[in-house]
Amino acid sequence: MKSWIAFWNILKKDVKNYYLKPPNISWGIIFPLSWTLMQLIRSPGGSILTLLPGLISMSVLFGTTSMLAVTITFERSGRSFERLMLAPISLSIMVLAKIAGTVLFGIFNAFVPVIFAAFFIDLRAVSWAVVIPAVLLIALTSALLGLLIAVSAEQVFEAQTFSNFFRFPMLFLCGLFIPLSDLPVFLRPISYCLPLTYGTDLLNGAITGANVLPPLLSFGLLLLFAAALFLISRHNINRKWIM
Amino acid sequence: MVKVTSLTKKYGDFTAVNDISFEIRKGEIFGFLGPNGAGKTSTINMMIGLSRPTAGEITVGGIDVKEQIKRARAIMGIVPDESNLYNEMDGFENLCFCAALYGMRKQEREAKARLLLERFGLKGAGKRPFKAYSKGMRRKLTIAAALIHSPQVLFLDEPTTGIDVESSRQIREMIMGLKRQGVTIFLTTHYIEEAERLCDRVAFIADGQIVASGTVPELMESVAHDHTIRFVTDRNAEDLASELVAELQAGFAGSKVEVRVDHSLVMVSERRIPLLPVMEFFHDRGINVYEARELRPSLEDVFVELTGIESSVLKKDKERGGRR
Ligand SMILES: Nc1ncnc2c1ncn2[C@@H]1O[C@H](COP(=O)(O)OP(=O)(O)O)[C@@H](O)[C@H]1O
Ligand SMILES: [Mg+2]
Repeated sequence: MKSWIAFWNILKKDVKNYYLKPPNISWGIIFPLSWTLMQLIRSPGGSILTLLPGLISMSVLFGTTSMLAVTITFERSGRSFERLMLAPISLSIMVLAKIAGTVLFGIFNAFVPVIFAAFFIDLRAVSWAVVIPAVLLIALTSALLGLLIAVSAEQVFEAQTFSNFFRFPMLFLCGLFIPLSDLPVFLRPISYCLPLTYGTDLLNGAITGANVLPPLLSFGLLLLFAAALFLISRHNINRKWIM
Repeated sequence: MVKVTSLTKKYGDFTAVNDISFEIRKGEIFGFLGPNGAGKTSTINMMIGLSRPTAGEITVGGIDVKEQIKRARAIMGIVPDESNLYNEMDGFENLCFCAALYGMRKQEREAKARLLLERFGLKGAGKRPFKAYSKGMRRKLTIAAALIHSPQVLFLDEPTTGIDVESSRQIREMIMGLKRQGVTIFLTTHYIEEAERLCDRVAFIADGQIVASGTVPELMESVAHDHTIRFVTDRNAEDLASELVAELQAGFAGSKVEVRVDHSLVMVSERRIPLLPVMEFFHDRGINVYEARELRPSLEDVFVELTGIESSVLKKDKERGGRR
């Protein structure tokens, strides 16, 4: 019970102090919107529906990875992160609370292109029961990647640089722009190591029916990724931040 | 209440804390006095579980800090050397948030936050953002935040370093008040006067080692020193100097007598000097004595003698505001 009061208040504080700040809110809206517009301009004939999975994944990825890395690095440089480390709660609860805010922000980002698309096309055929958990898992794994970055970064600008270093290759390798079958063979194993690959495939399946892998397998793998990333991050925090 | 045994911390090859042991009794103020870089913060960080000891044991309230840090933290209050509150939140929000970290409920959080703001004279600043606070106010709010869950043991890392005189005074009063309420306090400082005024027991720490520890009188006793008594009489320096000095030295074997420019007369002896015979000596010669006082070595003298560190090193720290 006591831990949950702490969890809830860490989450509330982060949402209020970081995610609901005007620059982040507008970033969260403008960024997915401009991606959407860019894609529409680039391929005017292309159906919005086939673009949607990519837009959702991208919005989530960009909304989460750097956010968590930057907020944590920021709190560490101002030493307020120490206060969280000193609270009488387990490291897992603390880390989960920090991630929860980012995941919510990622989900918010994901629905910007969806709402935008809803003005142009009929979304009734979309299987929301798959989209929603898929978005959640993409947000979760991306946030955890952001956490891994935060553990390696000492400064806010480092956190930003590292997250771009991860994000851009991921975008090209996860089957968003280039289908996996068209990637050079030596790159494909890397693709299969990226959680985003499975997330994108799930979204493709739910929105256009064009998935490559069985959805259950993708969900399972995403959960595995999330668990592994969580354990690695927690281990790294324990090792690096408690000196 | 707190027990530290053979605690050691190495950063690579460098030993910051070298095999120190001490105990803090319930309700006492125990102070670490040492210059910058002595290992004070490193020790506190290990005690609060923010850093891992290379070797050694720590228990707080009977709880092993290594094994059960969560339980130990529930009874600890921690004031770091630099404030770690949230700049973007106001004073009241900061306190409420800290309370939430300890699992306190909303009503309880807000009541306690208000109480502490009031007690620390920050009531008017409760709605101001923390980043607008002066240094003294920041430190006070940081201490308030550490008290939000009514801890049994309070850790204060250089509580008055780098802040204004008035805030320092208020903080020292606050610390004495907490002691009266039965809180056990561990504080570090490089101000000799602070250690002397606040602490029931003091440990001198230098280069990661405890050089000496005890109550202030015990520490004073531990250094061999001459006994010195200063007399103020109704005579001036010339009158005293002429024949009295030789007579006194002859009358009280083993003592050395000198007259100072402020017209006082000082007797120094290896053994303690009984006052009555000296007073009678003055009385017989029709000299009135208005004051007779033993001059003790200051804690500063003792510190210098025991640690070999010049007191100017501590003073220099003071001017720099004590930052690493
Ligand atoms: N993280 C660290 N890595 C390496 N050396 C450190 C670290 N923290 C402190 N030190 C060194 O350990 C010594 C003791 O530091 P510290 O405990 O902060 O002293 P104090 O608080 O008494 O001023 C100093 O020489 C300092 O430079
Ligand atoms: Mg220090």
